[in-house]
Amino acid sequence: MTALAIGGTNRKAKIRLGPIVERVLGILILLFAVYWIVINAIDGPDQFVGSVLVGLQNGALYALVALGYTMVYGIIELINFAHGDLFMLASIVAANLMVNVLGVGDLTTATILPLIVALVVCMAFGAFVNVSAEFLAYRRLRTAPKLAPLMTAVGLSFVFRGIAQQDYINGSTQKNWPVNWGGPIIEGVYVYKLLLVLVVTIPLLLAMTYIVARTRRGKAMRAVAQDQDGARLMGINVNGTISFTFALGGALAGAAGVLYFLVQTQTYYDTGTQLGLIAFTAAVLGGIGNLTGAVVGGVAIGLVQALNEGGAHGLGSNWSQSLVFIILIVLMVFKPEGIFGRRTTEKV
Amino acid sequence: MSHPIGTSADGPSGTAGPGVPAGDSGTATLTAPQPAGERGAGREVILELKDLNVSYGNIAAVKDLNLTVYEGEIVTLIGSNGAGKSTTLRTISGLLKPRSGDVVFKGRRINGIPGHDVVKLGICQSPEGRKIFQRMTVSENLDLGAFVRKDADGIARDRERVLELFPRLRERIDQKAGTMSGGEQQMLAVARALLGNPSLLLLDEPSMGLAPVLVDLIFETIETIRSQGTTVLLVEQNALAALEIADYAYVLESGHLNMQGPAAQMLADDSVAAAYLGG
Ligand SMILES: Nc1ncnc2c1ncn2[C@@H]1O[C@H](COP(=O)(O)OP(=O)(O)OP(=O)(O)O)[C@@H](O)[C@H]1O
Ligand SMILES: [Mg+2]
Repeated sequence: MTALAIGGTNRKAKIRLGPIVERVLGILILLFAVYWIVINAIDGPDQFVGSVLVGLQNGALYALVALGYTMVYGIIELINFAHGDLFMLASIVAANLMVNVLGVGDLTTATILPLIVALVVCMAFGAFVNVSAEFLAYRRLRTAPKLAPLMTAVGLSFVFRGIAQQDYINGSTQKNWPVNWGGPIIEGVYVYKLLLVLVVTIPLLLAMTYIVARTRRGKAMRAVAQDQDGARLMGINVNGTISFTFALGGALAGAAGVLYFLVQTQTYYDTGTQLGLIAFTAAVLGGIGNLTGAVVGGVAIGLVQALNEGGAHGLGSNWSQSLVFIILIVLMVFKPEGIFGRRTTEKV
Repeated sequence: MSHPIGTSADGPSGTAGPGVPAGDSGTATLTAPQPAGERGAGREVILELKDLNVSYGNIAAVKDLNLTVYEGEIVTLIGSNGAGKSTTLRTISGLLKPRSGDVVFKGRRINGIPGHDVVKLGICQSPEGRKIFQRMTVSENLDLGAFVRKDADGIARDRERVLELFPRLRERIDQKAGTMSGGEQQMLAVARALLGNPSLLLLDEPSMGLAPVLVDLIFETIETIRSQGTTVLLVEQNALAALEIADYAYVLESGHLNMQGPAAQMLADDSVAAAYLGG
């Protein structure tokens, strides 16, 4: 458990600089961040707007994937390393389905129907694969030391990558799909892309919050997250509830796969590892186990990356990953439980 | 322990009552002055454990346990640490599967039924270690106690009833359960189990960690619960208090049934007092 507590939701920072110094330092860092955002906005307003739009678009995708990490962690404290790769597989399914089966080429309003079909199929695919992985592997390891399911997840991640790398699946290079976007462009951002992402993502995020916060299933999820035996004694089907959680996470990864393919018009076996790591970071940043935190973390990282790459005072894309992780490290030092850590809000 | 083997106080129950196999299980039954068969006269057997064996891996925790609970009784299961009391309750609730033997509830064999379905049959437990939902409020914990129920009216009535039994919980209704004192959490665990509207309530050391005043309160409450129609199987370290309110008692030692008899007889028995009542 201690080895796993990367998201260390309950721990206090080890390095105590003295409360006053710590607070002053924290405020200075925050002020600097605000200053950076403001001068970006003043010195290059057009670039700033473009960056915010790109940031929102990417951030929404990060949020969708981050939710899958955070929900699974919230309920069984497993970092599901295969989650990003499941998302990657879903993007490949989406591409083949939309282009090869449904014949999508230029994106128009007529694409809405194939889009809905792809969303349904890929969400079902993601849910099915995730539930199967839990049933076949993680469930058997539930009472094993935490390292066992963790390594299993890492192994599964490689299996998923290996499948995608096969020539008859996607190959080991980036595959570009003949899908073309039209419509208005603001500061280099296709308005329809952004709209598509938001129109799909926002209802999904709201639905997820509703399910966890308001429904019977959600209540069961929160109970199982806190005490499995206690939940069982209330008549809650613990295995069923865990499966349901994996299904939700998998479905979100499936939806994210469709959106990723449409936005990037390419698929690549390594996408899951790259984007998955960022999404996982978003989950930790927001407070792992916390749904709102995952969304806020995802959008925040999306915005920071975009400003860094497109803003007037950005450091350029070479620094994007470093910047994200520096922010993570600094946040962990001051607030190890993440923005919405367990202390203040309920997890899953 | 070598007690004179008396008449089985279980009597003919019609459902192949456990009887007490003389000698081979080493169980001693106190010589009951009352006529055999009086226990539970005219009442149904609600729970029966038949030759129950439960193990953790290779460690046998409960060995050949036979136990009967009649409707409307308070039956207590006492014994020292590690005797297998909690294991027995966990097995009845379906959290553990017996290695052999049966758990029979209202004439139906229920071992093998998953724990979450056992609750629906009317068996609720306030477990060892309480297992309340720490990061939820008292109110949410009570709601979860009624998770399997659909009768909104009945739930509201039972909620009112437990809040009357434990007024302290009403004061704390919106407090996070994990921030309450140990005693308050214990009350919550019992109250939560009651919200499942059980016909059989399993209590695992409800007096654990409570101040003496609260211990009295909780035992009074258990009597009230029984008078309201719920059968109680009570596991206790506090054997004296348990025997005072119980009708019948079983004593476990290292997984074996060591002794059984009417609680009043046990209280009066010097050797019981010496062994279990700190006499
Ligand atoms: N999860 C477990 N794994 C292995 N052995 C266990 C486990 N739980 C209990 N045991 C063992 O089973 C035996 C019975 O334990 P149990 O918890 O039923 O005792 P108990 O009568 O409830 O004791 P106490 O009064 O201390 O609560 C003990 O020897 C204990 O060490
Ligand atoms: Mg115990």
